[in-house]
Amino acid sequence: MADLADLTIAEAGRGLRAGDFTAVDLLDAVTKRATMTEAQLHAYLTLDSGGARAAAEKADADLASGDDHGPLHGIPVALKDNMVTKGVETTASSQILAGWKPPYDGTAVARLKAAGAVITGKTNLDEFAMGSSTENSAFGPSRNPWDHTRVPGGSSGGSAATVSVGSAFGSFGSDTGGSIRQPAALCGVVGMKPTYGMVSRYGLIAFASSLDQIGPFSRTVEDSALLLDAVAGWDRMDSTSIDGDVPAFSGSLSKGVEGLRIGLVTELMGEGIDPQVKAAVTAMADKLAGAGAEVIEVGLPASEYALSAYYLIAPAEASANLARFDGVRYGHRTEHLEGTTEDMMAMSRAEGFGPEVIRRILLGTYALSAGYYDAFYGQAQRVRTLMRNDFASAYEQVDVLISPTSPTTAFPVGERAADPIAMYYSDVCTIPSNLAGDPAISVPVGLDDQRLPIGFQIMAPALGEEVMYQVAAEVERLAGFTDRAPLATSEVVHP
Amino acid sequence: MSIDSVTPLNAGGWEAVIGLETHVELSTASKMFCGCRADIPEEPNTACCPVCLALPGALPVPNEQAIEGIVRIGTALGCEINETSLFYRKNYFYPDLPKNYQISQYTFPVAEHGALEIDVEGEPFTVGITRVHMEEDTGKSTHVGDGGGRIHDASHTLLDFNRAGVPLVEIVTEPDIRTPEQARAYGAELQRVVLALGVSDAKLEAGSMRFDANVSVRRPGEEFGTRTETKNVNSLRSLQRAVAFEIERQIAVLESGGTIVQETRHWNEDTGKTSSMRTKEESEDYRYFQDPDLLPLSVDETWRLRAVEALPELPGAARTRFRDAGVDPVNAETLLDNPALAALFTDAVAAGAPGRLVANWLTGEVIAQLRRDEVDVSDTSLSSSHLVELASMVDGGDLSSSAAKDVLTRAMAGEGTPRAIAEANDLLQVSDTGAIEEVVEQVLVDNPDALEKVRSGDMKPLGFLTGQVMRQMGGKADPKVVQQVLRAKTQGE
Amino acid sequence: MPVDIDIAKVANLARLALSEEELAAYGTQLEDILEHAERVQALPTDGVEPTSHPLPMVNGFRPDERTESLEPESFLSEAPDAEDGQFRVPRILE
Repeated sequence: MADLADLTIAEAGRGLRAGDFTAVDLLDAVTKRATMTEAQLHAYLTLDSGGARAAAEKADADLASGDDHGPLHGIPVALKDNMVTKGVETTASSQILAGWKPPYDGTAVARLKAAGAVITGKTNLDEFAMGSSTENSAFGPSRNPWDHTRVPGGSSGGSAATVSVGSAFGSFGSDTGGSIRQPAALCGVVGMKPTYGMVSRYGLIAFASSLDQIGPFSRTVEDSALLLDAVAGWDRMDSTSIDGDVPAFSGSLSKGVEGLRIGLVTELMGEGIDPQVKAAVTAMADKLAGAGAEVIEVGLPASEYALSAYYLIAPAEASANLARFDGVRYGHRTEHLEGTTEDMMAMSRAEGFGPEVIRRILLGTYALSAGYYDAFYGQAQRVRTLMRNDFASAYEQVDVLISPTSPTTAFPVGERAADPIAMYYSDVCTIPSNLAGDPAISVPVGLDDQRLPIGFQIMAPALGEEVMYQVAAEVERLAGFTDRAPLATSEVVHP
Repeated sequence: MSIDSVTPLNAGGWEAVIGLETHVELSTASKMFCGCRADIPEEPNTACCPVCLALPGALPVPNEQAIEGIVRIGTALGCEINETSLFYRKNYFYPDLPKNYQISQYTFPVAEHGALEIDVEGEPFTVGITRVHMEEDTGKSTHVGDGGGRIHDASHTLLDFNRAGVPLVEIVTEPDIRTPEQARAYGAELQRVVLALGVSDAKLEAGSMRFDANVSVRRPGEEFGTRTETKNVNSLRSLQRAVAFEIERQIAVLESGGTIVQETRHWNEDTGKTSSMRTKEESEDYRYFQDPDLLPLSVDETWRLRAVEALPELPGAARTRFRDAGVDPVNAETLLDNPALAALFTDAVAAGAPGRLVANWLTGEVIAQLRRDEVDVSDTSLSSSHLVELASMVDGGDLSSSAAKDVLTRAMAGEGTPRAIAEANDLLQVSDTGAIEEVVEQVLVDNPDALEKVRSGDMKPLGFLTGQVMRQMGGKADPKVVQQVLRAKTQGE
Repeated sequence: MPVDIDIAKVANLARLALSEEELAAYGTQLEDILEHAERVQALPTDGVEPTSHPLPMVNGFRPDERTESLEPESFLSEAPDAEDGQFRVPRILE
């Protein structure tokens, strides 16, 4: 039998119920995989061995007594470290929160626990999810499983990497401007951002509140839907969560694309897109047409402005969201306490935040300050309206939109670290969906000539998860992408 | 503006311009954005959760009852209720503000453009209401150290977040107020409105209702002068005093050639003065922006109409009703400030008792007794039917007005109905003419000199004779009847 | 529009105690980033309403019901400094 760590969630669930193995066996398999890969990848910040063990044992006991919590029962799942977990250190990869043990579980975390999932630990990210490479972590960068000299993407790079190498069966991240889809593309896994409001943000450490969404990483589209099913739906603790019935997304996967209208976004196939990425996307568009879809080119003119608008809106919201980190109630407090509380706050913040976070706080503070609000923040919010209008027109012509997920495949560690603007460009294809609040998914469709994965993005209108998954499942089938990241070779650390 | 023509001027021809900002804590069960209790328990930090402590990841969810409360206040103040209003983040760092921004409102408050009609010593006066908006309260700081709680001398500060997130309504007036008396009358009337609505306990001393006074002075007809904002005003009396002090201070500064600094000032109750609070290095830039965690508020027409229909009788209408029932202005104000007494009044008058008399009792003996015993009227046995019965006994001559007061206090003490009390204590007045005639005849026989004088046209002894009759009847005769009989007996025979 | 930022003022508003060198470096970076934003400013948006929420929803209320508060120890134990059941901070300026 193959290594248990390589099973999909769906397969693992069948095996568990058939009695082929136990939840503890699954946990042991991913733990072993973590032991093999962590020294190179640094995908995890915290492995909660004790908590995971207890949860796996309980899952086995429950199943034995006929108490089946559903598809995630006994499945090891990793969480981005900006998702608040009761009693388990939660840092958002920031020194300012180092050591913080929250007194509560976020809603998505609580729902995963209720669904029987076994939480393996907390994964690395760019500090406060600000970045596209997981290099901006206060606790050191993560690496790409396909090439350890390259970044896994970000900000949810750790969550993408765990699923890629099998140190978790599935994982969750957060996507503000592409932070799930871009690392999924760079790590060769499926990464999905739901409709804004589909998953409660309660217990997600906020970056940009009007853009943030929690979503799953998985090895297959089916697993993605299973993971989303477990956390989706209205939450009384999040005023912006969508109030209404949520269908089971895992039920809409095998319908094919016959008769569907699919739009390839012209502006997202332009100059900045790597030719190999472009070729892979075009090839998949042709295959979709071959499978019976009507594929046309569609324009989203405002997407040319989306990146600039995003880099005003997100820092503005972040500047207020991160104001609460002040050394008063939790987290880092400076040791220089000779002055007033005001001094203490300013020093604690300067010491506790990393450079990218400080840069964005300053940018957002400036964009909101008197005299500049309308030129920057106000104008960005109007661009957002234009973006939504563009999507609305596009969805009058087509059912879903397609594009590359990332303009390039994984780039070398350090390449963009000193050039914020080059780094920001990594999100050019993913940001429009965040501005519109629409769902989007990245599905791996192949490798470039350096054996680096290429991600294919499918975007759908708000609450269009079903048709999005329907197309994603077909893309997955047509791509036949079965490659896995090479597991660490000669440097294997013995268990 | 016509206001100027009637504006009272201060010494030297200065006119004061006053606007008030009032914060009212709503008495909801839970806080504005979380389920912690909103009644601020004494034990620190025992009504706190991830939301009101601003733990990472927590989100605000608005309390529907608080929105209902502010809609009621806005409606009572005659405001337009905005169909759509928005929550904003007001960004400033302060240790008692957990998120380091306050959720408040900016453009599009819940309610705006209203007015409150007030009564200033019998004269009506209208104060424009600029806006009524929803926000959340901050935590409480306790300054510890050598300074006895004073901030400047403290060595450190302790923070309790029980109050953080309690729903707070801010009511902002137009700069329509011109005198300290008007300021006080506005404060009192607003407090009554809020109490009548039942949305807050509006206790000034406990801080659940607080005033900030914006004061400036100018020559009539000129542009507004530079204003100061005075905080820490926690009684109606302080409001009047603080505004009066600030007006005089500003006039003195200007008349000595100085200029007024736009600043925040602190009212000191003990010294009776305002003083400048240490100013920050630079002016605040609150960087307001719409809170992305909160959806737009929508108060639709159905809701707005429901709020209008649900309005209780407001103090303005009650004042008119009291006065129409013959209550004098001072007593009318007293009734307005004592809803439980006003309710007794209303019921008694509805049952036919004379308003003026009942109001006199309630605002006289009853209040005095309540104060003596330090109880509420509901703690006593007094009912409106007692008042009705008592009034009819006085009216029918069964009870003298002084005896009525005695019966009233006994009724409060639970000794029974007024008639029962009067009978039991032998306080009933004799107005039976036959019984009185007998005594009068005897008194006239006993005092032939006095009778002679009266008969010859000297009316002076009449008082003496009345007193004699009353004395012989143990004070229980109706003096009016005694006098009638005396006149008849002395003149007629 | 040339971008000229009073970075010290911005840092003070954001309560960040930065050195002169740090201020200068961040100032330059911000100016670079904001120059990219200029194309957004050039976009004609007359009559376009700003979007604050991606979906057209309103209210999102909760009923006025109490839910359990946290045990003070569960969060005071995480505080940098606490005393007598309260958070302790140095003296406050104002």
